[in-house]
Amino acid sequence: MLGRILNRLFPHPQLTAFLVLIWLLLVNKVTPGNVLLGLILGIAIPGITQPFWPNRPSFRRPLRIASYLLIVIWDICLANITVARVVLFRPNRKIRSHWIVVPLDLNSPEAITVLAGTITMTPGTVTAMLSADATCLLVHCLDAADPDAVRDEIKHRYERRLKEIFE
Amino acid sequence: MELLAQIVISALLVIAGIFGFLGSYGLLKLDDTMRRLHAPTKATTIGVGGVLIAAMIYFAVFQDKISLHELLITVFLFITAPITANFVAKAHLHRDVKPSELPPTGGKYGWAAYDSVSPDKQPIDTD
Repeated sequence: MLGRILNRLFPHPQLTAFLVLIWLLLVNKVTPGNVLLGLILGIAIPGITQPFWPNRPSFRRPLRIASYLLIVIWDICLANITVARVVLFRPNRKIRSHWIVVPLDLNSPEAITVLAGTITMTPGTVTAMLSADATCLLVHCLDAADPDAVRDEIKHRYERRLKEIFE
Repeated sequence: MELLAQIVISALLVIAGIFGFLGSYGLLKLDDTMRRLHAPTKATTIGVGGVLIAAMIYFAVFQDKISLHELLITVFLFITAPITANFVAKAHLHRDVKPSELPPTGGKYGWAAYDSVSPDKQPIDTD
C-alpha cells in the first residue's frame, strides 16, 4: 500500500531529486522552505509532463555516469587546447578537415542526444546530422590525419560507456 | 591564503580571456562554415568556465558565501552549446551543401535533412 502511494507520488525518484537540486541551485540558498518548495516542484513537474514523455529512461548506475562526466570534462579541457593550437598555428590550407560517418549501436533518443552533444564538445569534432532512420551520425572533423581512428575512438570511448549507462 | 586565492583567480581570468579571444579569432580565421563552428563551440567553453570558477573562488574566499549559481550556468552552457552548433550545421547543410558532397550513410536511408522515413517505420523522430 505504502509502496504504491510512493510509486504514484514519485514515478521518477531520480527526476524528482534532480529537480530539487536544480531548484536549490537556482535560489542559491538552502532553507527548509526552499527544500519544501523544491519538493513540490519535483513532484508536480514529473506528474504534469508524464503524458509528453512516456518512456523516460531510468539510470541504474550512478558511478558510471559520474565517471563518464569526468572523462567528458577532461576531454573538453583537452579539446580547447587542441582547437586553440589548430587555430593559432595551422594555415588554413594545411588543415585536414573530413566528414566521418559514425554507425550507431545506441537506440534510445536520449542516449543518441547525449552522444551527439559529447562529440560536439570534445576534440576537433562537431555533430552535423543524424541519418533519417537514426542508424548513423554525420560528424565533421576539424583536423585529423586518420578519420577512421577518430570514428573508432568515438565508438570506443563514448558510445560503449553510454550503452552501459542507458541500456 | 588570500594572496594564493588572488593568484589563482587572476590566472583563471587570464586563461579564460585568452581562450575566449581564441574562440572569436578562430571564427574569423577559419574559412569554411563547418570549420568555423569548431572554434566557438570549444574554445568558448573554457573561456566561460574559467570566469565562472574564478567567480566561485572569489565569493567563497573574499565574500564568505558559497555561490553555486555558476555551476548551474556551466551545466546550461554544456547543454546548449552542442545544440546550437547542431542547428547551425543542419541549416548550413540544408541550404548550401548538396547530398552528393557528403559521405553516404551506409544504410537504406539518407541523411535526415534530405531524406525521410515513413512515420510508422521511424524508430525515433529525426525530423
